[in-house]
Amino acid sequence: MNGIIAFGELHGVFAWLYDLLASTGLSQPWLDVVRYTVLGAMMFVVLALIALFLVWWERKIAGHIQQRFGPMRNGWHGWYQTIADAVKLLQKEDILVDARDKMVFFWAPVLCFVVAFLAYIAIPFGEGLIVADLNIGILYIIAITTFTSISLLMAGWGSNNKYALLGGMRSAAQAVSYEVPLVASILVIILFVGSLSMVDIVNAQSGFMYNWFIFRVPFGPIAFVTYIIAATAEANRTPFDIPEAEQELVAGYNVEYSGMKFAMFFLAEFVNGFTVSAIAVTLFLGGWHGPLDGSFLPSWVWFFLKTFAVVFLLMMFRWTYPRLRVDQLMEFAWKFLVPVTFANLILGAIIKYAGWYW
Amino acid sequence: MGGLKTEEFIVNMGPQHPSTHGVCRLMLTMDGEIVKKIEPVIGYLHRALEKICENRTYAQCIPISDRFEYVTAMSCNQVFSMAAERLAGIEIPERAEYIRVIMLELNRIASHLIFYGVTAMDIGALTPFLYGLREREAIIDLFEMTCGQRLTYNYIRPGGVSKDLPKEFVPQCRSTIAMIKEKLNDYEGLLNENPIWLARTKGVGYLDPKLAIAYGVSGPVLRASGVDYDIRRDDPYSIYDRFDWKVCTRPNGDTYDRYLIRLDEIKQSIKIIEQALDGLPEGNIKAKVSPNFKPPAGENYARVENSRGELGTYMQSTGEKKPLRVKMRGGSFCQLQALPHFGTECFIADLVAIFASLDIILPEVDR
Repeated sequence: MNGIIAFGELHGVFAWLYDLLASTGLSQPWLDVVRYTVLGAMMFVVLALIALFLVWWERKIAGHIQQRFGPMRNGWHGWYQTIADAVKLLQKEDILVDARDKMVFFWAPVLCFVVAFLAYIAIPFGEGLIVADLNIGILYIIAITTFTSISLLMAGWGSNNKYALLGGMRSAAQAVSYEVPLVASILVIILFVGSLSMVDIVNAQSGFMYNWFIFRVPFGPIAFVTYIIAATAEANRTPFDIPEAEQELVAGYNVEYSGMKFAMFFLAEFVNGFTVSAIAVTLFLGGWHGPLDGSFLPSWVWFFLKTFAVVFLLMMFRWTYPRLRVDQLMEFAWKFLVPVTFANLILGAIIKYAGWYW
Repeated sequence: MGGLKTEEFIVNMGPQHPSTHGVCRLMLTMDGEIVKKIEPVIGYLHRALEKICENRTYAQCIPISDRFEYVTAMSCNQVFSMAAERLAGIEIPERAEYIRVIMLELNRIASHLIFYGVTAMDIGALTPFLYGLREREAIIDLFEMTCGQRLTYNYIRPGGVSKDLPKEFVPQCRSTIAMIKEKLNDYEGLLNENPIWLARTKGVGYLDPKLAIAYGVSGPVLRASGVDYDIRRDDPYSIYDRFDWKVCTRPNGDTYDRYLIRLDEIKQSIKIIEQALDGLPEGNIKAKVSPNFKPPAGENYARVENSRGELGTYMQSTGEKKPLRVKMRGGSFCQLQALPHFGTECFIADLVAIFASLDIILPEVDR
């Protein structure tokens, strides 16, 4: 683990920290316990900061699209606006509905919040910068992010509110529908990599930019577009934000939540937006690799640059498009996305079998 | 799914709801996501405006009329003044008529711009709302410059208008409408051919022209169902007959047509304003009217074409300085009473779109 640390590469820092920990003479099971606890805590802090940043960033983008400035008062261009908002939400009274289902109502935001962060265990932020390189990485991420819709359903059910229930049901229907094209578009990539590990997937795209899966015509771009559409739906963002459709369901599943419980849903939504973007970057946009062979920026910088670019794309969708209706959403998933992604999967399989790819 | 027991449930949409445009309450009987029955519950904004008018002189009633339909308060001023003028037989100076037409049409544009933004927002597109309000702001600035008010103008009064146009009004008005003309292209580019917008509005909420007429629906909603009826042309008032403009109709009667017709009407209003600005004569802006004028005994019903349909005022005078009875008629009320008859058997999201396309404003419903 020791050796020359490449300029700005964080994994060297982590290796040094690990060596420091090992030199204290801690025995093995405890070494891993301490290591993963520290990594988990760091991940949580980093992601919470990212979520706070994304809230601010989205408000700024929305503002500029709508010919206004967005938050401007608190600090430079309102940079600590969301921090102030988060502190405010922490202090707020936690309003509880009497008719709620106590257990379900309490655990829904917790589940939503926790699973949003759990996905990051298997996402490589940079070269060697991954909490655990699971050999089932992408499968794990898909499985864990699906829990989000269960939490939304729980929130809808536990609130004992008709709007919330409608929102929760919509969320469940949407998750079931869009999970299929999402997985089918990811499968094409896995077909070519031959591994579910996120690190293997990124390594398969090393070298020049044309090795990224998005540029591997014809299956790559198709898979990317279908993935982005399905991921927008997975992250409950406009035009697929029907579970919380403000104009129809007031606030959907979170209508009865207030204070920090609401903030947990809210932050989890932004973390989910970041998750789907990070997966898109890992699978299609070369992960931590720069566009040229041999990078002049540290790998984690490339990863974040690309991820924020994809997040930006999702935000542009949100502030441009109207919202689909619930039946149109299902129709779009089953009648368009599912056939297209499966056709693409078959196309990819043929190409793989025939060896017509680089 | 044979063994599964399902039942309908009731959702109270409003009075506090983001897309009921005020304090309207719709009791929806829902079968899952499908709306089976709509029952509007109104009266949350009832302020007894008609009764208040009975205790005031005619001139004092004008500020009350502002509150009747505050999005197009100019029309309310106009219809109230018209009723009073016809009762008292007041002649209005030429210049005042021109100013009135300019103001009415500007206010119509402002109202339709709000419609554009709010409808788009109800269908989930958040950005057009800000665009609509941005252009409306320029019009509101014109009003503010003229009468000092941005929402409740109290500008058109029996006998004429309260203040003359400031010197810079005409050039600024020209530049404003030129700007709106240009921005209309953006509006159309953003939504008119957007596939999601089309999917959400085309064929949604078909309003049969017969049903519309039966329920007294008027204005753009009626014209979007293909009925060629506009009070500005069919029961001419003020000086609308002098200008070259046409009544817009759309054949399909769905939400999309109700959206398009507003944009059409903005263009027609711009045409009217341009001609009125060109022909604006010099002269008096107000006939000599005593503040406490006493119209002879009689009754009268005046009506104007508002951005929400027929806006009418029935007024009865006993020869005193206060009216005996005032009755106001707003387009929103009729549109709301027609809603339960064509807005059902659709998704709740469609209902929101239909409701928005009717462009109902609650003070006009509740009075």
